[in-house]
Amino acid sequence: MPLENTILICAGGGCISAGEISVKEALENEIKKYALDGVVKVVETGCMDACSLGPLMVIYPEGVFYQKLKPSDAKEIVEEHLLKGRVVQRLLYKGPSGEIKPRATEEIPFFTRQVRIATRNLGVIDPASIEEYIARDGYFALRKALSMTPEMVIEEIKKSGLRGRGGAGFPTGLKWELTRKSKSDEKYLICNADEGDPGAFMDRSMMEGDPHSLLEGMAIGGYAIGAHQGYIYVRAEYPLAIERLKIAIKQAREYGLLGKDIFGSGFDFDVDLRIGAGAFVCGEETALIQSVEGKRGQPVQKPPYPAQSGLWKKPTVINNVETLVDVPYIINKGWEAFASIGTEKSKGTKVFALVGKVNNTGLVEVPMGTTLRELIFDIGGGIPGGKRFKAVQTGGPSGGCIPEEYLDTPIDYESLTSLGTIMGSGGMIVMDEDTCMVDVARFFLQFTADESCGKCTPCREGTRKMLSILDKIVEGNGTMEDIERLETLAVTIKDTALCGLGQTAPNPVLSTLRYFRDEYEAHVKEKRCPAKSCKALIAYRIDPAKCTGCTACARACPTGAITGEVRKVHTIDQEKCIKCGSCFEVCRFDAVEKLDAVEVTADT
Amino acid sequence: MENQTLTDPKFAELDEFIDNLPDKKGMLIGVLHKAQEIFGYLPAEVQHHIAQKLDIPESTVFGVVTFYSFFTMKPRGKYQIKVCLGTACYVKGGQKISDRVKEELGVTGDEPTSDGLFSVQEVRCLGACSMAPVMLVGERDFYGRLTPDKIPQIIESYRRKENKK
Amino acid sequence: MKIKSLEDLEKIKEEGLKNLSGRQGKKRGRITVAMGTCGISAGAKDTLMTIIDELDKNGIDDIAVVQSGCMGLCEVEPTVEVQIGDQEPVIYGNVGIEEAKRIVKEHVIGGRILGDLLVKKSAQ
Ligand SMILES: Cc1cc2nc3c(=O)[nH]c(=O)nc-3n(C[C@H](O)[C@H](O)[C@H](O)COP(=O)(O)O)c2cc1C
Ligand code: SF4
Ligand code: SF4
Ligand code: FES
Repeated sequence: MPLENTILICAGGGCISAGEISVKEALENEIKKYALDGVVKVVETGCMDACSLGPLMVIYPEGVFYQKLKPSDAKEIVEEHLLKGRVVQRLLYKGPSGEIKPRATEEIPFFTRQVRIATRNLGVIDPASIEEYIARDGYFALRKALSMTPEMVIEEIKKSGLRGRGGAGFPTGLKWELTRKSKSDEKYLICNADEGDPGAFMDRSMMEGDPHSLLEGMAIGGYAIGAHQGYIYVRAEYPLAIERLKIAIKQAREYGLLGKDIFGSGFDFDVDLRIGAGAFVCGEETALIQSVEGKRGQPVQKPPYPAQSGLWKKPTVINNVETLVDVPYIINKGWEAFASIGTEKSKGTKVFALVGKVNNTGLVEVPMGTTLRELIFDIGGGIPGGKRFKAVQTGGPSGGCIPEEYLDTPIDYESLTSLGTIMGSGGMIVMDEDTCMVDVARFFLQFTADESCGKCTPCREGTRKMLSILDKIVEGNGTMEDIERLETLAVTIKDTALCGLGQTAPNPVLSTLRYFRDEYEAHVKEKRCPAKSCKALIAYRIDPAKCTGCTACARACPTGAITGEVRKVHTIDQEKCIKCGSCFEVCRFDAVEKLDAVEVTADT
Repeated sequence: MENQTLTDPKFAELDEFIDNLPDKKGMLIGVLHKAQEIFGYLPAEVQHHIAQKLDIPESTVFGVVTFYSFFTMKPRGKYQIKVCLGTACYVKGGQKISDRVKEELGVTGDEPTSDGLFSVQEVRCLGACSMAPVMLVGERDFYGRLTPDKIPQIIESYRRKENKK
Repeated sequence: MKIKSLEDLEKIKEEGLKNLSGRQGKKRGRITVAMGTCGISAGAKDTLMTIIDELDKNGIDDIAVVQSGCMGLCEVEPTVEVQIGDQEPVIYGNVGIEEAKRIVKEHVIGGRILGDLLVKKSAQ
């Protein structure tokens, strides 16, 4: 045995109670028996955060992960694994569906299901070091592109099947070709880094963690369409991304990778930043152009499309961050590498920001065609706290909610559209049984009503009307006619608004009405919020049988609504209660109950 | 007025920024960002000054300032607290965080506290959604995975920092 | 210096690769702290400062400390990657001030992997 093994065995609370001490003892006994105590080290660790599988251990250097161990397993592990080097299959970590799968920690689904193209350098390189970017083949794609003709570059992107990652999924190669063909002395390339979907942060992470990939993608795009100046339109809310981009631009200029005569090819290209100022509508391309020109960001009628008349009335391409970050990969590896991933109509990968009520929140990149279930349950690890999944929201304020029965839908542009939502830029917000779908719809309408630029009436007035109806419903004052009016308004706004913001604003309402109509009706007919989330429709009460009189709730209550002596049953004065929920959260005896308001008023 | 602008170091700083721009075309928003950084907000006299300096109508400047929610014509607290109410933060209880911050500071809206130290703003997504609910104090101090009971401690830490000075 | 050719680019790539493997100059390793907005909101700045302080205190100057972007593991942020010599890089999660001290003491100085903080063995 030349190499030392280290066995990590967890000693976190969950595992100890499941009998871990004796597994460790048994293991140590076995190791002694075979006189391995010199070469095998057993290390007790804290919790590995997988208590339901405990006790567990990881054996290094192989990184094999064993679960649900019993003391009687120790002998087999020592004889088979340590002595003979054979993995004990029956004890291996099993995926949620029960099939034997991963071996090592590296093979746990959060990592294995991901295919990292757009996020290839995230967490790997120092974003402030252009040398490290170059070490990962950075700027080799630009150099390769400059040895091709612009038409060949466009052809490569077209064949790769790359579609815009900013929302609508327009084929990138085609967009470039249209702009290339527009005759003009000047052209521009703008990167849309406005990332307006509240709940999405893919673009931010890419700019912060790998700014050069974006610059390289822009330079290639600039070469393809014939632009010499690019702009990155970044939200002001992203100071760190702005700072890292500034550093990256400076470095690229110093090496001559931006500026005049790049790689001695005669091609000039430079990039500057334009900082947004907090207006969601500026993510819409015509509004964005207005904003880059320093004006109020109000959309203008299309056509003409930016490909003909964009920034300063010159042909302009607008691309999302992720779209551009995919470009160097495609040029470097060839279109086949990209097109071999994904589905027939949606090629490559997509980065999602997996957030909300899900265990592994974070950034994930998966092949197109991965199902929502794989994303949320295998990679995301499911819903925390043993709660039930209710819906996943995609596409931000322009998108919709997808219920449980469609979890096996593959993620691609067309499937999501058929479900009444959109791919959007990649925000994926998971909601559980505690989330009220009517309130979610209200939340988004509040958002669009606030963010409507006010230029056209259907959007400005229509969203406000829809919002006031939704307000009425969550307060328990809605009628069935209100639900109908919501539907008529939604259709009118969709058909008559000028820009994408207005045209898609009703989507969150339409999709929740489509899948969760019963929740709307419960609010209207029974004055009840099934998720027990809408303040006006719930009440808190203390269960006298459970209350120990610990006074925790009374101390937490901001309005002094709770009274009671120490060690005596406490009660809530419903008149004073503002339903903040603090008492519910602090009570350690589950004595505070959250009930339907109708129930509480009925029995008091 | 003119004389005051010439002597006020803040105006001088702004002028220097504008004079050093390679090209003034389309730079209004950039100039307003700089001005807000220098002055903390954009009162009428600052807007007037910018309009003259860039040679554009004052109404254009006003129109842009009022269009974008990032710009403010009212002074804000020394520490501006931005509580996120983006989707991810909202479903994870961002509203409760905001309510608690306001309660702790004794404010109802976006007005500064009486000592001028703090003001609160509810914002859309700070881009740290995986840490929801999130808030940002000043430019750089992010706080994630918040619960309402963590708020008093955080605010207190800034008060203490001020008292030390 | 301006890069004008493939050869120029290759030369810089070589330098960069040394950096990435944590062995540029006389360094024998590299600690990477994920410093995206999410990491920072989880306290990555304190983590970074603690690591630098602890290395200093122990007179260790042959470990490079660098920052990177978000690895995507926001749930266990702050995350730290430790790569020493030819060993496979190790990623730790939920690294606060105390954990950062332990990483320097036990892993960097003691050469032991901290199993309880372990998220993943390699970045690739
Ligand atoms: C209201 C509205 C907001 C938008 N916000 C964004 C955004 O934040 N980021 C983005 O890339 N695209 C956004 N878009 C889509 C852009 O208009 C445009 O289609 C996209 O940036 C094009 O890039 P792509 O082809 O690379 O996807 C938005 C569209 C609308 C209508
Ligand atoms: S649809 Fe709404 S956001 Fe778009 S132009 Fe009309 S008012 Fe403005
Ligand atoms: S919900 Fe809030 S206000 Fe009502 S009793 Fe509980 S702590 Fe007091
Ligand atoms: S939703 Fe709050 S940070 Fe994104």
